[in-house]
Amino acid sequence: MAQLTTTPLAHPVGHDAHNGHDPHLAHHFDTMEQQYRSNKTGMWVFLATEILMFGGLFCAYSVYRHNHPEVFAFAHEALDRKWGAINTIVLITSSLTMAWAVRAAQMNQRKLLSFLLALTILGGAGFMVIKSVEYKTKWEHHLFPGRLNVYNKEYKGEAKPYADLLALKNGDEEAAMGGDEVHEAPTAAAIAVPPEYVDPNAGGPDAAKIRANFAVVPGLSDKANEHLEEHLTLSSLNDLDRSRINAFFSVYFLMTGLHGIHVLIGMGLITWLFFRSLRNEFSSKYFAPVDLVGLYWHIVDVIWIFLFPLLYLIH
Amino acid sequence: MSHATAQHHEEHSIAHPVPLWLLFAVFGALLVLTVITVAVASFDFGDLNIWVALGIAVIKVGLVALFFMHLRWDAPFNGVIMICSFLFVALFIGITILDSHEYAPNYVPPAPIVAH
Repeated sequence: MAQLTTTPLAHPVGHDAHNGHDPHLAHHFDTMEQQYRSNKTGMWVFLATEILMFGGLFCAYSVYRHNHPEVFAFAHEALDRKWGAINTIVLITSSLTMAWAVRAAQMNQRKLLSFLLALTILGGAGFMVIKSVEYKTKWEHHLFPGRLNVYNKEYKGEAKPYADLLALKNGDEEAAMGGDEVHEAPTAAAIAVPPEYVDPNAGGPDAAKIRANFAVVPGLSDKANEHLEEHLTLSSLNDLDRSRINAFFSVYFLMTGLHGIHVLIGMGLITWLFFRSLRNEFSSKYFAPVDLVGLYWHIVDVIWIFLFPLLYLIH
Repeated sequence: MSHATAQHHEEHSIAHPVPLWLLFAVFGALLVLTVITVAVASFDFGDLNIWVALGIAVIKVGLVALFFMHLRWDAPFNGVIMICSFLFVALFIGITILDSHEYAPNYVPPAPIVAH
């Protein structure tokens, strides 16, 4: 009968001071290194699910923008690029302080670790403050997600839909409203194309309607410059597209809102780390929580790096 | 005492602190790329617009993933996990867009927006 033998374990088995294993080593792992590698891979699998979750929203954005580019070209001017760019820089800086905090934990720099974690939380808070200012300026102008949006065909309030979102952003409310003729249903003669769906890939009349607001750039072809001079107002859109404007805002609020929730969750996790670091719980032998929360924070930054050009820098 | 050397030895088996100059260099590169992203948005490359913006974003994400997220020195499988997730999102978006071309002409236009 074969005798069952086991190889002697590489690490000490008891819990006392002389042959005790590291108190942070869980019993289902053989060594601290194996535990750390498993932690990392497990965290990466979770981050993959986060990317897939946002992928669903990016899919909604992509399909809608691909099929209705003029709607996005008109509506995105409600967003302020300056604040989007500042938010990007704030998040990138907080990623730096987080990566530095992981390094500090690995090098036993305890005070520096606590300080850097606090800075990262501040970065996240700054991001959320700017985001709430952005949201508030939209809500003041009845640009909500869903049924409360002034462009939604089910809107029951009294505000009128804005004709010129760029003027609205610049504070020129009167120009933003446009004339009365903007708010009437366009006559058949006024619409260049019939209000059926026009496939933008057909290269037909729709292509000429896609204009954007940029400076004229010398050296570009005339056709490109012509595209660059004008910007879209409500009168440039036909019936069908006007009914779709609120979809842009739904996409915008859902994507940035879900991202904002992730920033808040990250801030909560880093706050937990901060208080643990004040109790000197992290060292060069045990820093995995800082490392893993750092990975989460960087993914939140990665998602914003994709969100920023896709929502704010449309042309 | 041997405790200090044992601790020192074990440090090297798990911890790999990223050099500080490298963290700052990556940070600087990310800032420059952000400025480029905004600047490039003022130019019209026609159909290429979205690919230029996405290309710069991919470079930034690559920097964050390789250096801030430590993938440069990590087990390659973790990098495979990340790349695969992006590949599947790309499949998801690409096939959905292709599919959306099939039924759009049947869309019935709703009532137009008028002043209330």
